[in-house]
Amino acid sequence: MTSLNSTGRSMVRTDAAVIASVSSTLRRTRERAFISSATHLLRMLRHIPVGLVLAWLVIGVAVLWALIPDLFTSYSATIGVARQQLRAPSAEHWFGTDALGRDLYARIVYGAGNSLTGAFVAVGVGLIVGTALGLVAGSARSRVDGAIMRSVDVLLSIPQLLLSLSIVILLGFGTVNAAIAVGITSIASFARLARSEVVRVRSSDYVEAAFGSGGTFGRVLMRHVLPNSLTSVIGLAALQFGSAILAISTLGFLGYGAPPPTPEWGLLIAEGRNYIARAWWLTTVPGIILILVVLSANRISESFSRSRS
Amino acid sequence: MSATIHRDRLMDDISDVPVLAVNNLAVSYRNGNDVQRVVYDVSLRVKPGEVVAIVGESGSGKTTTAQAIIGLLAENGKLDAGVIRLNGTDIAAWSQRQLDTVRGCKISLIPQDPTGSLNPVKTIGEQVAEILQIHRYGSREAIDTRVIELLTRVGLSQPELRASQYPHELSGGMRQRVLIAIAVALRPALIIADEPTSALDVTVQRRILDLIDELRNEYGTAVLLVTHDLGVASDRANHVVVMKAGRIQEQGPTQQILTSPKSEYTRQLLADAPSLRKAKYHSRSRSRPEVDGDDVIVVDNLLQDFPLGGRRRESFRAVDGISFRVRRGSTHAIVGESGSGKTTTARSIVGFQKPTAGRILVDGTDITTLRGETLRQFRRRIQLVYQNPFGSLDPLQTVFHIIEEPLLNFDPLPREERARRVQHILDRVGLPQAVLTRKPHALSGGQRQRVAIARALILNPQVLVLDEAVSALDVTVQAQILGLLDELQRALGLTYLFISHDLAVVRQISDTVSVLHNGRQVDGGTVEEVFSRPVSSYTRELIDAIPGQLSPVHV
Repeated sequence: MTSLNSTGRSMVRTDAAVIASVSSTLRRTRERAFISSATHLLRMLRHIPVGLVLAWLVIGVAVLWALIPDLFTSYSATIGVARQQLRAPSAEHWFGTDALGRDLYARIVYGAGNSLTGAFVAVGVGLIVGTALGLVAGSARSRVDGAIMRSVDVLLSIPQLLLSLSIVILLGFGTVNAAIAVGITSIASFARLARSEVVRVRSSDYVEAAFGSGGTFGRVLMRHVLPNSLTSVIGLAALQFGSAILAISTLGFLGYGAPPPTPEWGLLIAEGRNYIARAWWLTTVPGIILILVVLSANRISESFSRSRS
Repeated sequence: MSATIHRDRLMDDISDVPVLAVNNLAVSYRNGNDVQRVVYDVSLRVKPGEVVAIVGESGSGKTTTAQAIIGLLAENGKLDAGVIRLNGTDIAAWSQRQLDTVRGCKISLIPQDPTGSLNPVKTIGEQVAEILQIHRYGSREAIDTRVIELLTRVGLSQPELRASQYPHELSGGMRQRVLIAIAVALRPALIIADEPTSALDVTVQRRILDLIDELRNEYGTAVLLVTHDLGVASDRANHVVVMKAGRIQEQGPTQQILTSPKSEYTRQLLADAPSLRKAKYHSRSRSRPEVDGDDVIVVDNLLQDFPLGGRRRESFRAVDGISFRVRRGSTHAIVGESGSGKTTTARSIVGFQKPTAGRILVDGTDITTLRGETLRQFRRRIQLVYQNPFGSLDPLQTVFHIIEEPLLNFDPLPREERARRVQHILDRVGLPQAVLTRKPHALSGGQRQRVAIARALILNPQVLVLDEAVSALDVTVQAQILGLLDELQRALGLTYLFISHDLAVVRQISDTVSVLHNGRQVDGGTVEEVFSRPVSSYTRELIDAIPGQLSPVHV
């Protein structure tokens, strides 16, 4: 009995020793793991593309302005404050005020909604119509392809601004109509890109295999051709987003977009033009904001196409 | 046999100072922050006039080793350790400029891809002359004469004409001859031949290898032959180095490696190499009782023209009057070199294109008359497996969706039933259930081909058309897939139509065979008949070109 006890005790002791040594090695490996994960984190931090992060930040802020403008400013975008006309940027009015005493920062924040919605509508029109046309053209081939692509060529041959101006005149003035007009001008480039991608995917073995296993034309198109052609089309959409904002602002500047007093970025720049000698901030600040958003959209689109390749 | 005699005679007068001695070579590739070692501790030596073959599968590090020796590693490659002695001088630490003085004159390279390795905008003559100019061979006239001499020597007809032509005007075999001419131009002591014939047809392959052999005998040049084909290595090399996963598994005289391999891996390679194996599965097909005996595929006088475009409405006849029959449950092979019309025939049988004339009966249905919905319904009975498993699976779909898809195209089945069938077929092709959620890029080549086979089988077809289905795979994987096909055939009573350029594989798995040449059928019958008593001289040439026949295993 005693001998059994002593063996039992010695076993316990060895167990404890084992546990102690195991836990110490565990701690060591954990420390090592921590160090390696820390270096890993550092290495990751070093590889973060600063430009890309900034670009996302700019777009993020613009989207927030569009969604919840009242959180960013307490001033009204349309009603001016008396006796505060044409004030230079200060702590009270960050970006200054215009000839009617309206806070420019508030007008830019509220204007984001109009400009971004316009850009979304424009890209949406171009993306959906253009991709559909490209998909049909690329997969049907022969005469249908010829007919669609030649009409796309006609769209391409008209200068974009002229085309969108004519469409706005047909549809009538307004933010949404200007957006649709800009969207229609981008159909051509979406259609061309989508068609080339579809032609590439269409000739791959897996599409033929899908037909070979009894797939109907429509199903194979939806299941294989469309998803595999979309990646670069999405990249173009991000790129078009930037230029759509620019194009809509151009129309706004020319007076074909939103009517005053709607705060819209293009319109803001146009209105500031009259005071350029006395109040530089009225054109400069919205201009810089516009440039930042367009550049950010381009940078993000570039990151899309890079990750694809 | 002549090559064997040459080899033995040469063995005697080989001197002891090696042309090339590589010691403990280690190479790694850097990818972003990842450093991956791909070659570990490789040592080998090449004596003057000797042929040493590095044999291994893709990813074994054989090409990296060869590139490291000649200083042509990719940008992200780095020589970590090791000594490379060329004629006794260590060149491992040499700069590119220093290496330029030996590359081309002491050591030269025959690249793998004859199409991509010649400059498309320079004439053949200029390209051969270039190496002579770089190493200051002599006056312009001397160089011009030497170019013609070299082009004649490598067996190009009308060398003057060839010298003034551009690469696209030459065939693949001719381009490879030009590359050989460039490699031997300055009679280097060592030629590194990196898969010199892998992109070529078998008959061309044999002529090119014969040429390298001849030039070696004539100039006494040593050759380091990098190849995946143990058959080629066994025919041509004095010494074989077997590599796997960056390490040397085994090296020694060819005879010894082939007859008494020491490493498990070499034994595996030897067992799997179709060219070194005489009809392993063959006995079973003979012993198998003749199944009902009806013909499941009947091809009758098939003609296929392709319009060439142009104003005169010319057309090219790809398939010219082919007829054959395939018994139910047997394997019929269509053999030919590139451009022989074998793939065109297969595509007509599967119903991807309408033949210009002729009749194709599959299971009693004349598929040339089918169109639209009836053709779609017919596709259940015959399925095609593609050559390239990397291109035949949709990269965005998971394995489950890929295999499930054919089921969605026909009678609607409940979701559970579809899942059950997918799991069942996955077991059949020997894949674990875990792969179901993966995308194709996470699978190896062999696994992808199994997925492709599973997709083809899920509709329970009677006929499977395999278009070069194992050609893109490494020998061991190839052997596994062939084993799987054999097992499936026996279990499911499938009929295979096997399209291949590889006669060794065909001999191994087929019951009957048609040999195509330039769109015409030049031979046909059972494999035994065709291989032992070929009717046409072309078939005889093809059979003689199968590598591995000179090897001591069969002598």
